[in-house]
Amino acid sequence: MAETVINVLSAIFLLAGGAFGILGGLGLLRFPDFYSRLHAAGVTETLCAVLIVLGLVLQSGFSLLTIKLLLILLFLLFTAPTATHALARAAMVDEVEPEVIAKQSSENRPAPGEPSSNI
Amino acid sequence: MRYVVSLTIVLIALWLAVSGVYKPLLFVLGAGSVALVVWLSLRMEVVGVEHNPVLYSWRLPLYWAWLVGEVVKTNFHVAMLALTPSRIRPHIIDVPVPHRHAVAKVTYANSCTLTPGTVALHLTPETLTVHALDDRSADDLKTGAMAQRIAWLEGSERVDAQ
Repeated sequence: MAETVINVLSAIFLLAGGAFGILGGLGLLRFPDFYSRLHAAGVTETLCAVLIVLGLVLQSGFSLLTIKLLLILLFLLFTAPTATHALARAAMVDEVEPEVIAKQSSENRPAPGEPSSNI
Repeated sequence: MRYVVSLTIVLIALWLAVSGVYKPLLFVLGAGSVALVVWLSLRMEVVGVEHNPVLYSWRLPLYWAWLVGEVVKTNFHVAMLALTPSRIRPHIIDVPVPHRHAVAKVTYANSCTLTPGTVALHLTPETLTVHALDDRSADDLKTGAMAQRIAWLEGSERVDAQ
């Protein structure tokens, strides 16, 4: 009985994770420019990854495997925003102009040719 | 010295958690790897440099729990926008960074990027420049809720969040 419940829960997590992966991919295709596409990629690397790892944790039971899965999740959640930020900054340095409605700031943006990490 | 000991303990715990095979030979190899990493860290002079109370506070798990809630909320929002891409209004905003420590500032920028809908473009000691996917994502950041949480994580009592 308990096993069935866990399997069903795990299936729900995995399917929901897959659904968010598809939605993220859809956004990646449909959003207009580079910067807005980063947000769509953000969906696949956060909630999609979290749900899939949680689904797998339920499948693995409580063991060393659980710790490994959670470590994967931890590293993923630390590196994903770093990679996204590096991409965004590389695009700004290369003068990829964002399609924006209102631009409130311009003085803080990295100048063209500036190295992508200088802080 | 404190940091060398704590680094060694964390590495040993990590090795034991990930290995799963407990035989004498592997213990020796594990001890060797830990010693090698600690020695390399000492040579690179990174032991204790990034140390900050922020990293080890009991507040960190609570902050993570709050952040996961935010991430789930904003994920649903961006997923909805992916279905109706005509509704996006991308724009760039500046928000103040009221924190004292470098680790807190970076945590702010990273948390902001981690929540879909906002991507940190540029971080200076005073301001964070953010690309927001639509007004709601921008407003979430402008209220300063996240900045205040990180100030709490940092341990300061009050900040002048916008």
